[in-house]
Amino acid sequence: MQATAHETTAVLQARSLTKRYGDRLALDGVSLEASRGERVAVIGPNGAGKTTLLSIIAGIQKPDEGEVNRSPSEVGWVPQQAAVYSRLTVAENLRFFARLEGVADPDAAVERMLEQTVLRERAGDQLGTLSGGNRQRVNIAVGLLADPPVLLLDEPSASLDPRQRDRLWSFIRALGDAGTAVVYSTHDVQEAERHGHRVLVLADGELLFAGTPQGLEEEVGGSGLDFESAFVAFLRQRGH
Amino acid sequence: MRWLVQKDLRILLRSPLLVALLIAYPVAVSVLVGFALTRGPDKPRVAFLSQIPSSAATISLGGEEIDANRYADVLFEAIDPVPVSSREEALRKVRDGEVLGALIIPPDLIQKLQSGLEPGTVEVFYNAEDPVKREFVENTIKAQVQDANSALTERFTEVALGYLDLLVAGGEFDFLGRHFSVLGLEKSEQILRRAQADLPRGSPASGQIDEVIRFAQIARENLDLSDDVLASVGTPIRVKQTVVSGATTPLAAFAAAIAVTVSLMFVAVLLAAGVLALEREENAFRRLVGGLISRTRLLAGKAVVAAAVAGPVAFLMVAGFAAFLDLDFARAPLWALAALAGALAFGSLGLAIAALAREVRAASLLAFMVALPMAIVSLVPSGSVSSGLYDVIRVIAAAFPFKPTLDAMEAAIGGGDGGIGAPLAHLAGLALAFGAAARLALRRFD
Repeated sequence: MQATAHETTAVLQARSLTKRYGDRLALDGVSLEASRGERVAVIGPNGAGKTTLLSIIAGIQKPDEGEVNRSPSEVGWVPQQAAVYSRLTVAENLRFFARLEGVADPDAAVERMLEQTVLRERAGDQLGTLSGGNRQRVNIAVGLLADPPVLLLDEPSASLDPRQRDRLWSFIRALGDAGTAVVYSTHDVQEAERHGHRVLVLADGELLFAGTPQGLEEEVGGSGLDFESAFVAFLRQRGH
Repeated sequence: MRWLVQKDLRILLRSPLLVALLIAYPVAVSVLVGFALTRGPDKPRVAFLSQIPSSAATISLGGEEIDANRYADVLFEAIDPVPVSSREEALRKVRDGEVLGALIIPPDLIQKLQSGLEPGTVEVFYNAEDPVKREFVENTIKAQVQDANSALTERFTEVALGYLDLLVAGGEFDFLGRHFSVLGLEKSEQILRRAQADLPRGSPASGQIDEVIRFAQIARENLDLSDDVLASVGTPIRVKQTVVSGATTPLAAFAAAIAVTVSLMFVAVLLAAGVLALEREENAFRRLVGGLISRTRLLAGKAVVAAAVAGPVAFLMVAGFAAFLDLDFARAPLWALAALAGALAFGSLGLAIAALAREVRAASLLAFMVALPMAIVSLVPSGSVSSGLYDVIRVIAAAFPFKPTLDAMEAAIGGGDGGIGAPLAHLAGLALAFGAAARLALRRFD
């Protein structure tokens, strides 16, 4: 499914990000832009540098070179595994992070997130008792508490069943429709095609492609290949 | 940081069993340790056979009757006597393990003591099944026999001094039912001087009497000194005790300080290590330090949580001990100060451990592995190992919070000579040092 139209003004700009772990080059001068309401998918094989790229934009790691136009407080960060406290309730988790975020009215932010995640009925339940899908919704809600213009999601649908995944993507699409720029990494290339306006292909820390999913298919000739086959062919073509 | 502390305390309260274990287990262990330290071992059961006829249980020395049973009563204060009727029964009980030893008093002991010519001998048999208890029985009986020897020596000395006084000054005494009158050296000398004065001038006997008078004079003068000599022989070494360094804390208060410090150590180290490692286990660490809170403030918050739980636990333990050990409640502010400083230092150590171990289970295991040897090393007394090894032990003990916390607790509870200032400063230094180590280790935490 192709995404709806979005504004072209970039709310996120990352330029020439480079990161080394010892001798290994994890990111090699990668640049990225995302506009208001745009959903950008970052795909690539294991060890491509997807998580490193997102964690640098989120301010979790510092780049060796390059810069990001947003401070960490302006970027919502949703790590791959739910970074919430299983012994606290949904509401307590949201309130705790809202206070740390310095949100002006934490209780109002909690109410808004409970509404948005449709978890009001589970507000008093401890996280440990929720399903993986609901935990992930709380995980995303924490990233949205400060109402950031940009939301980063690291493999948000990993370990979810198809039904939970469908609900999750509905939720993320709604965020984009509301104007939040969403950058997400995924191993599932179909999710990139289905939910991303644009796709970034990383391999060994190098940005190989940035464009629409159709653009990637065209890169490999567009001869009736499905998106996953086109992606594999593209990587092979580039020596990966 | 307030919200972080509040969140950690809320999570702790959500696990009442864990909290109960975390607090109750070290408290129980420490109370047992304190109990073991304050309570001496049980009296050893020793078979006792006196073959002395009850009618002959008195020693007659210098006309005075001494009851041998008086010395047996002293011995019974240190052992639990099991009366037996024969030597064979005593040996059988030792072999069967019914008693740890047997003490047999032979029938001729009183006669030998009374004669003063031959030492009396008592027989002791041990059961070596338990080396610790055997050593205890051995030492107890030796010490008690030594006490009896001292008492008898003192009595013999008194009698001997009486005889010497009689030789010097003269007087009356009874021996073997007969009455004697002794002239004494002083009177002999006086009589001889009078006899010499009555002799004609130039009499050859005058010179001979002169020699006898000189002998009597020398003997009297030297026997006068014998009082002191015999008193020294009776007790050749006396003990004068002076505490040169260290506190003069009573044993019970010291045991309380140890018990409280052990509890404080386990609660603070395990709690701090647990709450920090939990952030990683819940995947929240990266989110927290990704702009929400600095690593240093995160560590400070965890140290505050550890101190907020362990400090009051330690304080309440001291207050509990105070009810039993008659501690001075006026020193309560010092107890609180020592508990808080110790909790912060132990908490910092726990944070450093967690930052290294990274996982809750690994951190808990590592905390135990570090804490236990740390406590044991800190309790090694000087003189029990070589001076070189003791210096090494002192350095190791000073590098961990157990010893300074124990010193602070001891000063706070017992009011020893050392004062609380130095251990508190030591703990503050260790808290900062371990905090810095934790901050460094946190670089690779995520």
